[in-house]
Amino acid sequence: MAARVSHDPFGKTLKIGNKTYSLQPLIGCHFGSLFQVETGGNGPFLSPVIQESNQEEKGCKIDDPKDNRALVDNNTAQTLTGDEIDVMRREGATGNEIVEALIANSATFDKKTSFSQEKYRLKKQKKYAPRVLLRRPFARSICETYFKKYPTRIGFLRVDSLSLLLSMANITAHSDVLVVDMIGGLLTGAVAERMGGMGYVCNTYIGVNPYPIDIVRMFNFSDEICKRIVQSPLTELSACENEISLQHGPPEDSCNTVSLSNEKLASPTSDSVIVERIWIFKPHNGRPGYGCLDYCQRSPPTSVVFSSFCNLPPISSAACNMHAQFAAWENGNWIANAEPWLREYQVLPSRTHPHMQMSAFGGYILTGTRICSA
Amino acid sequence: MLPTDPAKRLSFQRYVSDGDLVIVYERHDNMKAIKVCESSVLQNRFGVFKHSDWIGKPFGSKVFSNKGGFVYLLAPTPELWTLVLSHRTQILYIADISFVIMYLEIVPGCLVLESGTGSGSLTTSLARAVAPSGHVYTFDFHEQRAASAREDFERTGLSSLVTVGVRDIQGEGFPNEFTGKADSVFLDLPQPWLAIPSVGKMLKQDGILCSFSPCIEQVQRSCETLRSNFTDIRTFEVLIRTYEVREVKMNRFQGNEGGSIESLPCKRRQRSNEEINGLENSSPPVVMARPSSEARGHTGYLTFARLKCVL
Repeated sequence: MAARVSHDPFGKTLKIGNKTYSLQPLIGCHFGSLFQVETGGNGPFLSPVIQESNQEEKGCKIDDPKDNRALVDNNTAQTLTGDEIDVMRREGATGNEIVEALIANSATFDKKTSFSQEKYRLKKQKKYAPRVLLRRPFARSICETYFKKYPTRIGFLRVDSLSLLLSMANITAHSDVLVVDMIGGLLTGAVAERMGGMGYVCNTYIGVNPYPIDIVRMFNFSDEICKRIVQSPLTELSACENEISLQHGPPEDSCNTVSLSNEKLASPTSDSVIVERIWIFKPHNGRPGYGCLDYCQRSPPTSVVFSSFCNLPPISSAACNMHAQFAAWENGNWIANAEPWLREYQVLPSRTHPHMQMSAFGGYILTGTRICSA
Repeated sequence: MLPTDPAKRLSFQRYVSDGDLVIVYERHDNMKAIKVCESSVLQNRFGVFKHSDWIGKPFGSKVFSNKGGFVYLLAPTPELWTLVLSHRTQILYIADISFVIMYLEIVPGCLVLESGTGSGSLTTSLARAVAPSGHVYTFDFHEQRAASAREDFERTGLSSLVTVGVRDIQGEGFPNEFTGKADSVFLDLPQPWLAIPSVGKMLKQDGILCSFSPCIEQVQRSCETLRSNFTDIRTFEVLIRTYEVREVKMNRFQGNEGGSIESLPCKRRQRSNEEINGLENSSPPVVMARPSSEARGHTGYLTFARLKCVL
């Protein structure tokens, strides 16, 4: 039931199943509001759901005598046909009415345990009466939504890996952060969110063209925060002794008034460097990590906390080489290579267990603190 | 600890000065927090280190003892602090901490409530996340523990961001002055379900609660209570697997001598010594990684829930 992240609800639409819904009814509602799909005179629309204040937990007992001995999977349990459902729909039946009809026409529903009755109801509700929940866009929800729907676009960066990156890199207000973001701007946005418009996020890149950071648009950032997101090529950062001129702002349309041409940043020091490298997709196209390590070397000691994410196992060299590079560099300290592991649980009366499906891989995180070379 | 104060912020002009908190780094598993005091010394297995030698050096310096042993002086961060703080209670570690901050959607300016304070491991990271304009109000029923936590926040320079109160949150709930004001609430209590009704009152619309419990029975009971006026109830377990990365020399198989297949893993620095000793018939070293043999297998379950939106 995850609704797709939409840039701007004004005049936008949302596709659920094969129908398009206007997002107009959402405007003016609180985050956390729940909507349901309904069909009216002008076609399908989203209508707010008044939540029952206290849904009664049905008395699900583990010693329920029912079991699945009487269930035969021969596709005859449901007597309501697809055509009949279509007729109901045309006659303006609501999704909930269809669900009730399905239950009434199911020969086996009463024989099911209360657990599986609940499961059945939920499954049908998702299909015939989908609900839309409004959520405030945060790094967490944006990352989770992408990870679920388009994981390749964010380089398979799982939310726990992202949170580790941000913590290990010591991101906080009033720090200046250098980011190599090759995952569409998720990293840049997450860093900017943590800094709340105080300090700069410098998005650096190898070559001529900045990496796209379109995802930044989804964060609903204020102008103050947008102004603190800048882009600059690594060559320029490396060449500058005292000043960095930030030639490029984020894409014009990303926020309302961002165009940072010729704005100067006082010194080329940054507090943290976060690198995201997707070697799987860009095997030989630049090695931003290495360039950044060189750059770290020119920053004040310990101010730089390095935090990197990659998708290849340490043994197959991406993270490993980086690690070796660090050790050779003689300036890294407290270097650690870690792999986060995240498992979600279903917690229900008498039915608590880990989810049947989990993400098996969240990437590798390499971290280090710069120390004095002397 | 935080760069909020421009004078204390790390830069090329920032040196260790009298009264600074430094993390003395011996090894990745051996660190210590020390307040620099001109007349004081640090004594460890490497010898005697005079604090006065440290003053004026940049953070990250290698400093030597009277016997020529050395340590590094690192600038404190919440992550380092978690590794060095004195354990008055069981503490939260980096994986849980970072996940909590992310999931509670804490950004600068937020008001966060926490109970219990414990050793202040999470509190330090909460403070970093709400700085400079937000605030963390943390409560512990143990008066002495609260006082020690207060001292710690003084040491780490976070006292302007954190207020420690002595209060039994399970028994009395959070103080009424925070009603409807909290962006997020974190609970680490033995019976979190007792505090949940109060949390519902404290949270802003759409605000988030996190409850940390080591046992599934606690989670079970909390979730039952949460179902009445919270939504999006989700429980997670988050762990970290660390890797040992070493350089390994793959010696060529030498038939007539019976030959070793692979030498023992060694650290890079040791290798360079061996090279000087003239081991020439070995091929270039390969970098190898293997998961550390021992790891933390369980810390606790993190249960998140959002206050139901009343239309």
